[in-house]
Amino acid sequence: MPITIVDIHKQPLTTLVDLIHQQKLQASEVTDIFLRRIKAFNSDNKSFLALAEPAQVLEKSALNAKLPLAGLPIAQKDLFCTQQLPTTCGSKMLEGFMSPFDADIVCATAEAGGVLVGKTNMDEFAMGSTSENLYFGAVANPWNPDRVAGGSSGGSAAAVAASMVPLATASDTGGSIRQPAAFCGVTGFKPTYGSISRWGMVAYASSLDQAGPIARTAQDCAYYLDLVNRPDSKDSTCAKHTRTASYPTIQAMNAETKPQYFNNKTIGFLPTWLAHEGLDPIIGQRFNDTKALMESQGAVFKPLELPSLFYALAAYYILASAEASSNLSRFDGIRFGHQCQNPKNLVDLYTRSRQEGFGSEVKRRILTGTFVLSEGFFDAYYKQAQKIRRLIKNDFDKAFASVDLILTPTTPTTAFTTGQVSDPVEVYLQDIFTIPANLAGLPAISFPVEPHQGLPIGMQLMGQRWQDTQVLALAHAYQMQTQWHLATPEVGEAL
Amino acid sequence: MQWETVIGLEVHVQLATNSKLFSTSCNHFGDLPNENTTPIDLGFPGTLPSVNQEAVTMGVKLGLALNAEIATESYFDRKNYFYPDLPKGYQVTQMEKPIFSGGKIQFECESKIQTIQLHHAHLEEDAGKSIHGVIADHSGIDLNRAGTPLLEIVTEPDFRSAAQACAFLKKIHSLVQYLKISDGDMSQGSLRCDANVSVRPIGQQALGTRTEIKNLNSFRFIEQAIQHEAARHIHVLESGGTILQETRLFDPDKNETRSMRSKEDANDYRYFREPDLLPIIVTQELIAQLKETMPELEDAKKARYMQTLGLSDYDASILTSDIQIADYFEAALALSDPSNAKAIANWILSDLLGGLKKHDLAIGNSPIVPAHVAQLVARIQHDVISSKIAKSIFEALLQTPNLDSNAVDQIIEHQGLKQVTDSSSLQGFIEEVLEANPSQVSAFKAAVPEKQQKMTGFFIGQLMKKTQGKANPKLLNELLIQSLNRAE
Repeated sequence: MPITIVDIHKQPLTTLVDLIHQQKLQASEVTDIFLRRIKAFNSDNKSFLALAEPAQVLEKSALNAKLPLAGLPIAQKDLFCTQQLPTTCGSKMLEGFMSPFDADIVCATAEAGGVLVGKTNMDEFAMGSTSENLYFGAVANPWNPDRVAGGSSGGSAAAVAASMVPLATASDTGGSIRQPAAFCGVTGFKPTYGSISRWGMVAYASSLDQAGPIARTAQDCAYYLDLVNRPDSKDSTCAKHTRTASYPTIQAMNAETKPQYFNNKTIGFLPTWLAHEGLDPIIGQRFNDTKALMESQGAVFKPLELPSLFYALAAYYILASAEASSNLSRFDGIRFGHQCQNPKNLVDLYTRSRQEGFGSEVKRRILTGTFVLSEGFFDAYYKQAQKIRRLIKNDFDKAFASVDLILTPTTPTTAFTTGQVSDPVEVYLQDIFTIPANLAGLPAISFPVEPHQGLPIGMQLMGQRWQDTQVLALAHAYQMQTQWHLATPEVGEAL
Repeated sequence: MQWETVIGLEVHVQLATNSKLFSTSCNHFGDLPNENTTPIDLGFPGTLPSVNQEAVTMGVKLGLALNAEIATESYFDRKNYFYPDLPKGYQVTQMEKPIFSGGKIQFECESKIQTIQLHHAHLEEDAGKSIHGVIADHSGIDLNRAGTPLLEIVTEPDFRSAAQACAFLKKIHSLVQYLKISDGDMSQGSLRCDANVSVRPIGQQALGTRTEIKNLNSFRFIEQAIQHEAARHIHVLESGGTILQETRLFDPDKNETRSMRSKEDANDYRYFREPDLLPIIVTQELIAQLKETMPELEDAKKARYMQTLGLSDYDASILTSDIQIADYFEAALALSDPSNAKAIANWILSDLLGGLKKHDLAIGNSPIVPAHVAQLVARIQHDVISSKIAKSIFEALLQTPNLDSNAVDQIIEHQGLKQVTDSSSLQGFIEEVLEANPSQVSAFKAAVPEKQQKMTGFFIGQLMKKTQGKANPKLLNELLIQSLNRAE
């Protein structure tokens, strides 16, 4: 007999999957709840740029009930190509663009029984930390509409936080999964670089881009990761062999009567970075609380010096911009995307199509990238940045010889006020804790800790490459001890 | 002043892979515009390249054939520039670490063995094509060629004449066909080259300022363009001018080169490592396997033809100059008695190649296949037909499409072309002819023996007419002489 479950929309994905598989809930009934919430809140928080036809979603949901994702509605960040809905990357350049193919993560999600419910809002071409999309409208933080949702995957984080979907995909080039997850009080996981195929993920910076999930819990992220993490011959940089599944480890932890997962774990931390002047004291305090909790469970903390990290931000903005300047060259107004009216000649066609189609942050990075790659500057910028990247990787390799994981705050501050930051460099500083994992290709998770004045705060655990399970398991261990990840903002509780 | 021309070449070889360098699109020409494209070739958002291993293998094969150093790890780089036929806004090429470095090639030219050192060869994708003047007020873009695999061979500036450059290119042309890595069809652009030309006073070490002539796509144009360009340099320098480093285009109609862009206008290509691709790894196993399966190349084949088959240097050179001719020859030889090698070579070199040229046919499209040549030669060898009849059969076959593999014997049979080798019937014809021509017989008898030999020609002619050319010439000659000597 079906049972009554309160606040179905607030339940973690894995809980809903179990309930549907056990036939205690019907897939379409659960999906309908999410659809109603999307309908009610999307005009306010602008999490979605495009929505699938509800009747179709419900129909597929019922059909997929027995599959691993149980027909639950899944949102895709709008840089994953979908044949069913436009893929705009949050840019006027690709307004209305229909991809002729589905991204691999979109296929894998559908094969596992997830139902595409919509495409989430984002910073244009994933460049930004606020999701204040100038062309399609800014994403509002569900905890406080005056605050930004973070970015670039702000729509995905906000959609999960506002319980509009149980899980949304996101992408992370310098923190774009983790930072909005921290700002919105949800769990966001960036897997090891190469875990999930990049086929169909519109490229920002190819050597840094990594897809991953944003969900309520680390357990949900592990469950989803196992479904979409698979080799793909269409992406040369995707790992050739399937990584060992993470979810069984989580299940084993759940089955233990006296979970002692922090025992014998050595966790590194970065004292120099915790003393950074840009770090909000409350974040420092939350870090210490988190550390204390883990220590009380048997973890040993070890201070680390990673000198190369001082250059991480500079190296990141050089490398990411360089790759972006090249990756975005294909948007030339000729074969797809925005084309200016009545071009006078070829140069005019290029110039005006790109001038009109791209927003200012994208232009800034294309210019930066073009500059650092140009003759005479290449050695001083791009080549140096590559060296720094190697040093950072080496520093991490050395660090992981003596620690299992590294704990840092995800962001130096809580979500800032909409329109507050105008200096791009100040925005870039948002990424100081998240960027190193991208440069070194590490798995990293942001999980919610105790909020402050109604605003969520996230902590980050990073692991060595391919130690994704360890990262997810420790975040899960923390979530077994705490309830912060289950807190939801007061959005439409009446529904 | 005496001048020396210095030339370096960049040869673009289009690889005959099934699919493109980074996509599964068909690598094929002559189809409708944009028919052979996938979203990858069109540079669609979210697409990624996957390296075609066949192209890598072909590159390694060529490197091994040229004794070059194969890079066990090489990389792709992006060359960034905007052009409508370049869908991604960058070309994926190899800048920093190419598939092979060094290597050399030897060939005979200007009565000397020339040795040309190679700098390197790199893999890259071709661009598409802009089409002008087909659609009113618009330019069209055909991306069928976009993503086609190219191997660019870059030489050291080792050439001292246009003839050497041309001979080198012919050697490369032959080599890529021997290795079956390209069809080498220059008219389709499968093989094209850029020439870097400079001149310097003889004895001077330092190189002069060079110009680059782009996109030369025939042996004749290469030779003409280089000759013209060198002459232009000398003229400019001798008139007190200086050469500008620039890129030029050759106009074969006017036989001149024209400036395309100067060094100052050159693009800043902003090369950097292609982050969408992993390094190309060439294993020792692959190298060993390719070495083992390396086909017999031109020089080795030529030597074998001369030493084991007893062919002349000239015949062996022509037969091996093109793998298709060599393959044809060997296929015919395989169906024949080895002692017929020379005869087969002669048929191919004189009748087949000449006949194909006359009918404007490529050897690959020849209606006469090696089996036909083998049959003809065998029938001559066994006195079934005369060489003269064989020639007429050959000419007839050349104009008949869709021949049966047994066509030679069928024609001999149907048209009754078998030689008359029966002495009594030949003797009958001889009697008839001698009786009909008493004055010629008397003249023959009266003549001195040296003259007599020539005079048999008349009777042979008459007899061949009577036998429609089918009489076995040797036997006929013997019988005729006997009869004439016996005659009253």
